[in-house]
Amino acid sequence: MQNFLDFEKPLLDIQSKMEELRHLKDNSENIANELSNLQEKFDKKLSEIYKELTPFQKVKVCRHQDRPKFDDLVSKIFDKSEYLSGDRLFADDTSLKGCLAKIGNKKFLVIGNDKGKDIDSRVKNNFGMAKPEGYRKAQRLFNIASKFNLPIVTFIDTPGAFPGVEAEDRGQSEAIATSIKKSLMVRSPIFSFVVGEGGSGGAVAMGMGNKVVMLEHSIYSVISPEGCASILWRSINHSEKAAENLKLTAQDLLDLEVIDEIIKEPIGGAHRNVNETCDLIKDCLERITEEFENMTPEEIILHREKKYLEIGNKFMEN
Amino acid sequence: MNWITNFVRPKLQAFVGKKEVPDNLWETCPKCSQMLLKRELENNSFVCKHCDHHFRISAKQRLSFFLGNNFMVMDTPKVKADPLKFKDNKKYSDRLKEAQKKNSTYDSVIVASGTIEKKKVTVAIFDFNFMGGSMGMAAGEAIVTACNYARNNNLPLIIFSSSGGARMQEGILSLMQMPRTVIAVNSLSKTNLPFISVLTDPTTGGVSASFAMLGDIIIAEKDATIGFAGSRVIEETIKEKLPQNFQKSEYLIEKGMIDIVVHRKELNKKISDIIEFLT
Ligand SMILES: [Zn+2]
Repeated sequence: MQNFLDFEKPLLDIQSKMEELRHLKDNSENIANELSNLQEKFDKKLSEIYKELTPFQKVKVCRHQDRPKFDDLVSKIFDKSEYLSGDRLFADDTSLKGCLAKIGNKKFLVIGNDKGKDIDSRVKNNFGMAKPEGYRKAQRLFNIASKFNLPIVTFIDTPGAFPGVEAEDRGQSEAIATSIKKSLMVRSPIFSFVVGEGGSGGAVAMGMGNKVVMLEHSIYSVISPEGCASILWRSINHSEKAAENLKLTAQDLLDLEVIDEIIKEPIGGAHRNVNETCDLIKDCLERITEEFENMTPEEIILHREKKYLEIGNKFMEN
Repeated sequence: MNWITNFVRPKLQAFVGKKEVPDNLWETCPKCSQMLLKRELENNSFVCKHCDHHFRISAKQRLSFFLGNNFMVMDTPKVKADPLKFKDNKKYSDRLKEAQKKNSTYDSVIVASGTIEKKKVTVAIFDFNFMGGSMGMAAGEAIVTACNYARNNNLPLIIFSSSGGARMQEGILSLMQMPRTVIAVNSLSKTNLPFISVLTDPTTGGVSASFAMLGDIIIAEKDATIGFAGSRVIEETIKEKLPQNFQKSEYLIEKGMIDIVVHRKELNKKISDIIEFLT
């Protein structure tokens, strides 16, 4: 049984009815017809709901526990991969993973968050919140990509960097700042995909793509709606309002000219069809990779710097 | 090839004159609770004479402490106010107007050039009084302006940070000031111009996690709070009491995160010495 979100209640109701009918183990035509009616109703309702998700509903969808995770993305998009570990300084942070990967003969270096898929891995990975050693592993991989001229693919899905004493003690700020700096200096192109939650500085540290692409129902925000609500409204009960005000949906970010493109998700969201979602990401990746094939490292770095310096230009006076 | 296109020619701007502080105003030290005569406090660089507590000061006060009377404040690019039409209990555009009125500054960062112990420098200063020193588009532009000016005029760059982080009301556009300011300060690393980052109370969030931690030399003013996450958020996450002195300058230097902790009264001399070593 799928995990339904609160606003998917009508779907859950239809599904429950279908389960009941199936439970009867009655093969009569009546039941079969009723089941197919219900299925039709379900599909219609599903596409209705997902056509008009509110920002706060998108926040819930992008955090859905069944959304594609790093290992799914790597295994379904790439033909071959070799995972790499550790920051060579302190530890291996498994909330931020990296690997060498191939599609056919095309080689990539892939870096991404991993929120984990069950209780144990979620706890181990701090729910996708990286510590300094995670960002420092990313920096090490940025350098490898730069040296061996491998295009970098980043998959972003994090609530943000981990807020904890040890993370602070080991320089969370420095780790994020240096990740931003080093990724901007990488000599090969970077393609960033926000596949779930693009949370604050932790997302920026991995998000310095020459192209930044978001899945249709993903978000990218300076602060979580809950965090914003508790600061500005002094209560997380106002999270929905905060989500609306923050303009954090993929559609908002495209309007604001912060991202380059949106990948439409399968009906009912990426979590309902991980395979199709991965195919769509793969198509996009293969297409955008070609755009950078004939650029020199200097042109690639300049392209990236210019892209970020120009963000917000449309809001400047004169 | 060069990405500086919107370089703004610095203009001499009249600087708001110092108001005389009446003799009878008192301030309570938040650290030792002693009563301090405001005029005395000001003459002591806003440092408590009893416990050495460093009071937060405005960007203008910082500017005059640092460059005396001989500086020029630069015009920085103007942003269309409130790009997201953000409204909590109040409209962001109203909050912004109030802050501008209260502080008589355009936004949270002042950029100036002047002389410190005979050395010409470019300086950018955050003002915590201006919406918590938060970094939105205008502040980001100010940092870019300061870096461009330093580079074009071959001057050392000093940035005094004092900020709670990114300005939430500008959403993703404020978050994007992290890479923008990193690109700006990084452009100095292709030259031999020093970038001295001075962290003052408080420097956190998107400011500490971007350009502020990338100084060639990082100085923290005594007693400042410096970190990525706020202590309340950390406490709620780990549900434990925080170590003593956590995220204070004196704690950070033990962790190896900064170069020097400096008393406010010795800051000018120290910065001047470092410039001397590096240029
Ligand atoms: Zn005191």
